[in-house]
Amino acid sequence: MFEIQVNGRPMRVEAAPDTPLLWVLRDHLGLTGTKYGCGRALCGACTVHLDGAAVRSCVLPIADVGRRAVTTIEGLAPDRSDPVQRAWIELDVPQCGYCQSGQIMAAAALLRSHPAPTDADIDAAMSGNLCRCGTYGRIRHAVHRAAALARAER
Amino acid sequence: MATENDRATGAAPAQWTRREFVGSALSVGGLVIAMNLPLPARAATRSGRAPAQLNAWLRIAPDDTITILVDRSEMGQGVYTALPTLIAEELEIELDRVAIVAAPVGDAYFNAANVGQVTGTSNSVQDAWVKLRTAGAQARTMLVAAAAARWGVAPSECRARHGVITNAAGDRLTYGAVAADAARQPVPARVALKPASRFELIGRGLPRTDTPAKVDGSAQFGIDVRLPGMLYGAFAQSPVLGGWPDSVDSAAAEKMPGVRLVLALDSGVLVVADHFWQALAARRALRVRWNPGPNATLDDAAIRESLRRTEAGDPGLVARADGDAETALKRAARTHSAIYEVPLLAHATMEPMNCTADVHADGCDLYVGTQVQQLSQAAAAVAAGVPPDRVRVHTTYLGGGFGRRLDVDFIPAAVAGSHALGRPVKVIWTREDDMTHDTYRPPALERISAGFDAAGKVDSFKLHIVSPLITARMFPPVTGVDPEVVEAAVNCAYGIPNFLVTYTRQEIGIDVGYMRSVSHAANCFVIESFVDELAALAGKDPYDLRMELLATKPRHRRVLETAARLAGWGKPAPGRHLGLALMEGYATRIAQVAEISVDGGAPRVHRIVCAVDCGQMVNPRIVESQIESGIVFGLTEALWGEITIANGVVQQTNFDGYRVLRANQMPQIVVELLPSDEPPGGIGEVAVPLVAPAVCNAWFAATGERVRSLPLVSGRAPGAAAVKRGSGNSDRGSTPRTTASGT
Repeated sequence: MFEIQVNGRPMRVEAAPDTPLLWVLRDHLGLTGTKYGCGRALCGACTVHLDGAAVRSCVLPIADVGRRAVTTIEGLAPDRSDPVQRAWIELDVPQCGYCQSGQIMAAAALLRSHPAPTDADIDAAMSGNLCRCGTYGRIRHAVHRAAALARAER
Repeated sequence: MATENDRATGAAPAQWTRREFVGSALSVGGLVIAMNLPLPARAATRSGRAPAQLNAWLRIAPDDTITILVDRSEMGQGVYTALPTLIAEELEIELDRVAIVAAPVGDAYFNAANVGQVTGTSNSVQDAWVKLRTAGAQARTMLVAAAAARWGVAPSECRARHGVITNAAGDRLTYGAVAADAARQPVPARVALKPASRFELIGRGLPRTDTPAKVDGSAQFGIDVRLPGMLYGAFAQSPVLGGWPDSVDSAAAEKMPGVRLVLALDSGVLVVADHFWQALAARRALRVRWNPGPNATLDDAAIRESLRRTEAGDPGLVARADGDAETALKRAARTHSAIYEVPLLAHATMEPMNCTADVHADGCDLYVGTQVQQLSQAAAAVAAGVPPDRVRVHTTYLGGGFGRRLDVDFIPAAVAGSHALGRPVKVIWTREDDMTHDTYRPPALERISAGFDAAGKVDSFKLHIVSPLITARMFPPVTGVDPEVVEAAVNCAYGIPNFLVTYTRQEIGIDVGYMRSVSHAANCFVIESFVDELAALAGKDPYDLRMELLATKPRHRRVLETAARLAGWGKPAPGRHLGLALMEGYATRIAQVAEISVDGGAPRVHRIVCAVDCGQMVNPRIVESQIESGIVFGLTEALWGEITIANGVVQQTNFDGYRVLRANQMPQIVVELLPSDEPPGGIGEVAVPLVAPAVCNAWFAATGERVRSLPLVSGRAPGAAAVKRGSGNSDRGSTPRTTASGT
């Protein structure tokens, strides 16, 4: 039995210690917004925040989560109000959409550490997140736009 | 059936009459087929009263909830926006007031060009262009007639706008208030469709209807389906493609935590457990003796050799013959010939294959991301042992399709597991399962030849295509030359008087499948690279030679001229090199210019400029994003795309071995959409094929090396951790693969 903090709430999970956080979120807790893409931290579809930093939940065993705060796409913001989500909507970034939860979580973590990222910052932070639909150009624009929206709020 | 000619008169014939909607038969493509309308909405509306079904695509509830059923699968290409836009335009309703749901299986949803309820061939908008506007206009006419009847006035005195019908006296009824009456109105025999000048939604670039759900995690993909009591399955398949389990020792697996079932099937062994991670662990504990079948020694060299031998030994079936190319080639002042090759490719959708089945006493509910609702229904029916009409297909969002989800090989195991357990079962393929058991884009080997006359003009052209035949497996029987293998060649626009295209089928022992742009990718690569070769031989600029060959093709000339101008053709920046490609496909004309540099002996792609004439556009924003998408997809193929096989086993298992373009390798993309009054063309696939020839032609401009075998860069992908800031898209340490196989 593990107790983890997910989206601000304590959750009890009965699972083998080696179960990746990804499958705990999806199968045990019903938080299916976090996606399975590769199982080996190669594609970024499973990106969530652990104490605010982007991590690949597909290679993080539940036993290693501890008391750190897990945030998933469902817990990023109410009503799609995070600047990243607003920018994504404004620029119609998603196509098939499967990778976008991971893209958005990676972008949100980037903006926390780099409120005004350069293109190089974006490349460095986002190149672990694959998109087969090729939305990279729109993602880059949307990250800059989200940074501007966040600045306007402050 | 309606044709584009009807559009010119501003009136469409009654494609769908009342009798056809509710009656027993509808004529589609000469076939008389039974109607199978969706059941009335099972979900209660806010008011708790059932909505009225006005036609196969439209329900309106008394509380004014308007629901549009979309009969094509949303896999990123935007059909959940574009198709409802067509209905909403004529229905006089804002798109953001409409709820979108996936249509069930139904004959009303046939795509005549695809001979079934199939999302593919980039023709969703072409198929829907008149059909759905007509459906919207008919529904509006029926709503107005119902309101007019209630008021006792003539319909001509009423007006429908923004979901409300009004009359001259100032009375007002919402669509919801008259929907039930409207559903009993006769379907009008003829309705006038708006001319393009009066479009309010079409052409505007409305926001996608699926974006909100795709930014908050709520969009339901197949892999996200959750049902009460649902269990999870992992499916073990033969490492050697085409193999099967001879025997299974499941004793250890069955003792693993959470395991409910181990089931040997013809194609593999299914393990079902309470959770997916448990199913995976138990799958590792299986002891399966696999019979490798006939592919135990299959490898790339054997595949290549078989294609080469066949090319040399068989002239092929004629797909196109203008003039007499054979004779012209013999008489030519100068000839040139080369062999080109393309490899196997994996679709690698971001969402791996999966399916959820719930087999119960009434039949089977199937929850699946599919491009083929009827084939899915049929596959599930066989696996569940029920008639097809007892299988209800619930189409989810598709986490990428690219043609992979035209196959249904991932469906039977879930149905069999649910059938055995009497509970819903979701089977998920791991990335490794998905990559090593794809229905791969087939390899092709093509010999291409051309002859110049004494004046130096290209006057003969001959292309012999050798490849496996996907359609023979998917939609048999095939008679003559299957159009799917000679795309971009049979309709090649170049004005060469003696033009011959032939095809020889050569199977390679494994299942191959349709992949985004299908044979356009191979044939466009070959033709557009070879035209560059001809330009070099003739001492002409590749742009000038193409324009010369397109003298009578204004739409092609326009895209080529536009792309060249925007790319600065003829005057590349220092250290940069340009390459061109042109294609007609899906009734769209498109040209691209790639701008590259040579970085450490490998190509670095800086920019791709693309000009597109796809006729009228329902949503230019989506068109633009689809062109960007196709370019990225094509660049992955051009630079790195290759599946290899050793002893019948696919050697690439995940995104480390099968490299796809990442954000830091993204070139600048410039898309120019040319205005047009022509009927809509396809946009989902058309940008893919030009990238490889454009980049390879730029590589030739840079190095003088002609690339006749893809991918351009060989070598294994570094892991994600190896991606460095600003490393560009060159694969350092690998060598460009060029061949000198021209003769």
